[in-house]
Amino acid sequence: MQKKLILDSKQLDITLSRLCQQLIENHSNFSNCVLLGLQPRGIFLAELIHQRLKSLKVNVPLGYLDATFHRDDFRRRDTPVKASENRVPFAIEGKNVVLIDDVLFTGRTVRAALDAMISFGRPAKVELLVLVDRKATRDLPIAADYVGKYVDTHDTQKVLVELKADGSTRNKIWLINRE
Amino acid sequence: MSKLSQRHLLGIKDITREDIELIFETADNFKDVINRPIKKVPSLRDVTIANVFFENSTRTRLSFELAEKRLSADVVNFSASGSSVKKGETLLDTVNNILAMKVDMVVMRHASAGAPHFLSKHIRANIVNAGDGTHEHPTQALLDGFSIREKLGGVEGTKIAIIGDILHSRVALSNIFALKKMGAEVMVCGPPTLLPKFISTLGVKVELEVKKALEWCDVANVLRIQLERQQLKYFPSLREYTLYYGINKKMLDDLKKKIVLMHPGPINRGVELTSDAADSQHSIILDQVENGVAVRMAVLYLLAGAA
Repeated sequence: MQKKLILDSKQLDITLSRLCQQLIENHSNFSNCVLLGLQPRGIFLAELIHQRLKSLKVNVPLGYLDATFHRDDFRRRDTPVKASENRVPFAIEGKNVVLIDDVLFTGRTVRAALDAMISFGRPAKVELLVLVDRKATRDLPIAADYVGKYVDTHDTQKVLVELKADGSTRNKIWLINRE
Repeated sequence: MSKLSQRHLLGIKDITREDIELIFETADNFKDVINRPIKKVPSLRDVTIANVFFENSTRTRLSFELAEKRLSADVVNFSASGSSVKKGETLLDTVNNILAMKVDMVVMRHASAGAPHFLSKHIRANIVNAGDGTHEHPTQALLDGFSIREKLGGVEGTKIAIIGDILHSRVALSNIFALKKMGAEVMVCGPPTLLPKFISTLGVKVELEVKKALEWCDVANVLRIQLERQQLKYFPSLREYTLYYGINKKMLDDLKKKIVLMHPGPINRGVELTSDAADSQHSIILDQVENGVAVRMAVLYLLAGAA
């Protein structure tokens, strides 16, 4: 198994700053905006973005969304995916939602997340923020509005995101070749 | 692993503690779903489920049907009264005919113990036992365990008394299996004629006085006297049963401790429970009903997903 470093903790730090600046640039005010991290792994990135925006004097409510029951591969795999907690402590109705996930691959998780989100209410607008966008691997017509890094990959490769919400120096992103 | 060890849910006896924990964790998520503005998820949209009830039921059948619909499954209902069973069709023929119409899962209640086990040897669909005679009623035990876990923070180490007609109760047997597997202490209490002879071999305490049982336990799960299953006279009169084994609010208040009162329904008000006890702050009877839908959604989801 080969491992290649895509982003080290320093580069990751710069990328996160840029993503936050882009969010601020595109949202003249955040009064009607909420962040929704996708379970299970998008929530760490969402937490980091949330903290960093706070340090920039921008307060946006943060929630976690689980799309397990809306996935399209149920009964098409050996075991059902284990669900995670939904924590949506605000009304979605009429909000500008920023969905946050770590890696955008086939787009199927995002499709499921859109469905899951809509069962909480009708948002005014939805945007997608991802840390890594795997180019040319999409199964569905889905694109991200904010991208940390574009990576050229193929199906047999895997992107590994090591991310902790405490912003530690161990945060790294790897590209892994599977045999 | 997020998969049950069994293809069917025939009884609690056949499943593991890990299975029960997985069902509870999944039910947590479904409880969240059924409390949302849109109480429905599309997981089982390509699954057809037959509810085959050879015996009467309101709560269980309604609860299963709601669980199925909230998972977006297609549902067909069958009840023995008004069907060809009356014309002499066998159980296997009836179910095979239903399955020939491309049904993926069968939820079955039957008056004979072991009917779903028999069926599981002959058909491919997943089977969920919704009560077989006086044998098991696994989803009721799961929802009882789930309700205890929700109310007390866990099942392990809690003391649970099952009070009433233990002999004819499938709820009692499934509860004993489930609670023992989860690490609870279990006591049964009732008139000696309504306690099975070898019940203590299941590792439960036996108590004949209801007051002592209430003093001992954290949770009292009170069962109905199943007159429809009693061909013999097990006690002189209902009035006498109520006198010795009926529970009222004063008995619960006088305990000077927190006690949780449960009942699987239907309640015979004024027999095993007085109205003031059933409606008291001790009672979580209606929470049990709500949790029933979430737990059944979890069972159906986990069985269907591992197909």
